[in-house]
Amino acid sequence: MSLIRLQNISRRYQMGAETVHALRDVSLEIQRGEYVAIMGPSGSGKSTLMNLIGCLDTPSAGHYELNGVSVSEMDDNQLAEIRNREIGFVFQTFNLLARSNALHNVELPLIYNGMPLEQRRQVALDALAQVGLADRVHHKPNELSGGQRQRVAVARALVNKPSLLLADEPTGNLDSKTGAEIMALFDELSQKGNTIIVVTHEEDIAKRARRIIRLRDGMIASDEKQVERRASRVEGKTNPALAPRPSPLDPS
Amino acid sequence: MNFFAEIREGVGISWNALTANKMRSALATLGIIIGIVTVTLMGAAINGLNQAFIKNVSVLGADVFYVTRFKWFNVSYEDWLNMRKRPKITVTEAETLARQLTLDEVVAPEVDDEDSVKYRNRSASSVNVIGTTEAYLQTGGVDIADGRFLTAADAEGGQPVCVIGNDVATNLFRNDPPLGKRLKIEDRSFLVIGVLAKQGMMFGFSLDNRVVIPLKQYIGLIERHPSIDIQVKAAGLARLGETREELDQVMRRVRHLRPDQPDNFSINQQDEIVKWFHEQTATIAVIGLCVTSLALFVGGIGIMNIMFVSVVERTREIGVRKAIGAKRRNILFQFLIEAACICLFGGLIGLSIAWLATLAVTKWLFPASLSGTIVVLSLLVSLLTGVVSGFLPAWRAARMDPVEALRSE
Repeated sequence: MSLIRLQNISRRYQMGAETVHALRDVSLEIQRGEYVAIMGPSGSGKSTLMNLIGCLDTPSAGHYELNGVSVSEMDDNQLAEIRNREIGFVFQTFNLLARSNALHNVELPLIYNGMPLEQRRQVALDALAQVGLADRVHHKPNELSGGQRQRVAVARALVNKPSLLLADEPTGNLDSKTGAEIMALFDELSQKGNTIIVVTHEEDIAKRARRIIRLRDGMIASDEKQVERRASRVEGKTNPALAPRPSPLDPS
Repeated sequence: MNFFAEIREGVGISWNALTANKMRSALATLGIIIGIVTVTLMGAAINGLNQAFIKNVSVLGADVFYVTRFKWFNVSYEDWLNMRKRPKITVTEAETLARQLTLDEVVAPEVDDEDSVKYRNRSASSVNVIGTTEAYLQTGGVDIADGRFLTAADAEGGQPVCVIGNDVATNLFRNDPPLGKRLKIEDRSFLVIGVLAKQGMMFGFSLDNRVVIPLKQYIGLIERHPSIDIQVKAAGLARLGETREELDQVMRRVRHLRPDQPDNFSINQQDEIVKWFHEQTATIAVIGLCVTSLALFVGGIGIMNIMFVSVVERTREIGVRKAIGAKRRNILFQFLIEAACICLFGGLIGLSIAWLATLAVTKWLFPASLSGTIVVLSLLVSLLTGVVSGFLPAWRAARMDPVEALRSE
């Protein structure tokens, strides 16, 4: 069964008297464990698509099933719960809470799902250790480099063991070297079985994914699997903490 | 979400927000501080007045009834005009009343006026001259410091003897021991047989500036036909109710009143005065609190304003929290707690200022006192102000669209 199933999804915005069709009748399926890049020029609807997949927004028409659950008709609070449990976000501008240290930033999703304090602290520390920031847990974002901040954001995204990691231009605010480091981290996460969707306009970044979906004018222009698969960049041992939670619906 | 984790998170956030914008927080809390100071001081002043009043009226025994021609308190002009038509209470009536009471009451007739008192070439004006009997020692709340009080024989025989208050002893006799000396009232000479223990002030008047003489001496010398006040002390606090009932019945009988006629005398009691005074201060309190809570209201508006700014400023943070899984309730709570914390903080500062002010007022102006009830109430009020004024901004934050919020700069 597909992790993500979009059926005839449309999204319209009312801009004054004018109706903008951000997405027109898009259908799409993404399987568990896939590594997908969504590309397209600005205005192509890729942000709208990402917001819909990330359950931040609901479609004007069509049907969306995430992990076997129909989410297109859910209300605000139900969507919040789905986001908390199923989706980890990584943003271009990191979006960490400026006045909280790395540990508290990573703990935040766990606070919202009600995990008790001690357990929460341990899980968050583990997640930070997995992204290589064990010695930076008490630093605030402004005491961290860009790459480190994005690592904190990745740790935060993964701490709830979501079914889907959703990254919006994750290297957009990083120099090419740290950008490459972050993408190596994504490769590693993908190898461990995480489902990853990266929204980007950089071909380099997109090429790392195994499937590239290109959008134009709110429709899917192309959807191609990368035949050639690169060798793993990661030699380290398998990290159980970075692996997604096995789905009860998935027999594999 | 775990409730305590939510509170902790909220308090942590609001602490961060408070310390990050120190000047703004200080200005925002200022309104609350002023509000709480005024409300608390108002409460403390009324509390202090009540306590002072109760201390004052404690001179009147709690178990003593005062049968008088005029009602003491809570009298309208019309009542007063009617009461002027009441007959005076005569000595005979007082004596008849005393004879007919059956519940072991102690009855003392009492009448007083201001007069001047002379000793040798010294003179004291406006001394309270009291005509009464030996029973006054039990009903009047006085004690003997030196010598003795009037005896039954003094009262019966109308002996020219007197018992003087502490002020008279010190002002008129100065260093002379007063016992055995003679003083003059209206050119009649009285032998000093006792000095009363110091009593202090009641409503700003000294209770020690008095001379007690037998009632029989008073009548004729100072006034020919005075209206007598009858002090009746019940045999115990438990018998107050029946004593009052009997007093009313017997007094009506003495006055030959028919059942359809209203009382043409009044029975006064300490707790009625206290009750009356509390009613007065309660009225003042309600009016005062309405006025002072305006200050708190303005403070609350200030908080609301600041919270709106805070919500707009942190739109992106709200978006992030929502993306991560915060529900509407979580966001609502976060901002409510923040507003409540600011107000509670202001309330604490306000209380400390009010506490200092209370000390100062008590020292230089009039007694005021901060009770535990007032402290708890003001903290609750500041908390409530925070929750009420924070609600609208928090509600707006809670309803934000995460996509829009994340897009904001």
